Amino acid sequence: MSVWRALRDEVHHLGVELITVGLDSLGSSGCRAAIEAAAPTHPALIDTHHDVARLFGVVNIPQSIWIDEQGMIIRGVTSAPPPPVSDAGAPAGPPPDLPARMMDIMGEAAHIESDPATYHAALKNWITHGADSPYALSASEVINRSGPQSTERALGHAHFELACEAVVQDQKAIAVEHFQAAHRLVPDSWTYRRQAWSLETVAAAGPFERFWQGPHPDHPEQWPYEGDWLSDIRAEGPANYYQPWED
Amino acid sequence: MIVHGQTIEKHAFEAATGWVIKPEGACKAETCIPLPFATDTEDLPAVALANAMNLPLVEEPRMDVLAIGPDSLGGRAVSSAKAPDLCLPDLDGTLHRLSDFLGQKIIVYAWAPY
Repeated sequence: MSVWRALRDEVHHLGVELITVGLDSLGSSGCRAAIEAAAPTHPALIDTHHDVARLFGVVNIPQSIWIDEQGMIIRGVTSAPPPPVSDAGAPAGPPPDLPARMMDIMGEAAHIESDPATYHAALKNWITHGADSPYALSASEVINRSGPQSTERALGHAHFELACEAVVQDQKAIAVEHFQAAHRLVPDSWTYRRQAWSLETVAAAGPFERFWQGPHPDHPEQWPYEGDWLSDIRAEGPANYYQPWED
Repeated sequence: MIVHGQTIEKHAFEAATGWVIKPEGACKAETCIPLPFATDTEDLPAVALANAMNLPLVEEPRMDVLAIGPDSLGGRAVSSAKAPDLCLPDLDGTLHRLSDFLGQKIIVYAWAPY
């Protein structure tokens, strides 16, 4: 969150507003710590039912949508890595005494590919040149480049919203049923999977409990989902986790 | 979108879906779908609306709610480049609409705390 606040403070005087949308069926209780730590100067919104998935096609985070002054999408859902930073001051490695699964997760995450320099150069170009930027897409390109939609996927969005509503109403068993249906019907959505997995917390993971996202080490038979973060990233390949930038 | 009970507020449906309810039916861009019920009231019958528009509908009687999924016209996640008027709360519960920020370039960033 703090990197988005820094970006907003850098570009706001150029006529740009940045809006962050926190996707979490736990609502404000899930998002509060990160938002308060960043003390954002921009609108920091909370999306309990993942409306941006249904409305824009968000399937992973961080992803962005660029919208012009008239409210037209000029670049739809795009992988949006944080701005590039120098290595100076970066953590030397994972914290000590991390559970083995978290070490494995961090090992796979290190192989996730993204291109922040290209993304942010294009963003700055659009901010400066607006509709004359080569990165401002036509309406037809925005539609054509948006993700797939089908009656099955649309049904999956409905199941996912019901799952989130069940979380809100503290009906966990019902939530799991609808999460499972959503995962089956919208199989390429990492956010739909990660949202469900992150609710199956494992106390042994300590502060990383929402990042464990997999079976309990002592009770793996109780895991209610077909996949988990580590299994799925290995099956799909960390290099395919984010869609590459497309000019 | 989540519907509590059997009816849906017209304005809520329009804001959540981008479809506009007119006398001739539910309209988006060049498309209008006739509706088999009166549209001059604020509350619309949710099931009849979803069925008429061929929108996916999942009922969850254990919670007395139902969910209506998005349309799949055109086979793409976005069927119009006009941004839907996303409306969400901040930490204080204050609602913000995308349309509140028109006149500026807007960058929407989706993130998650997990």
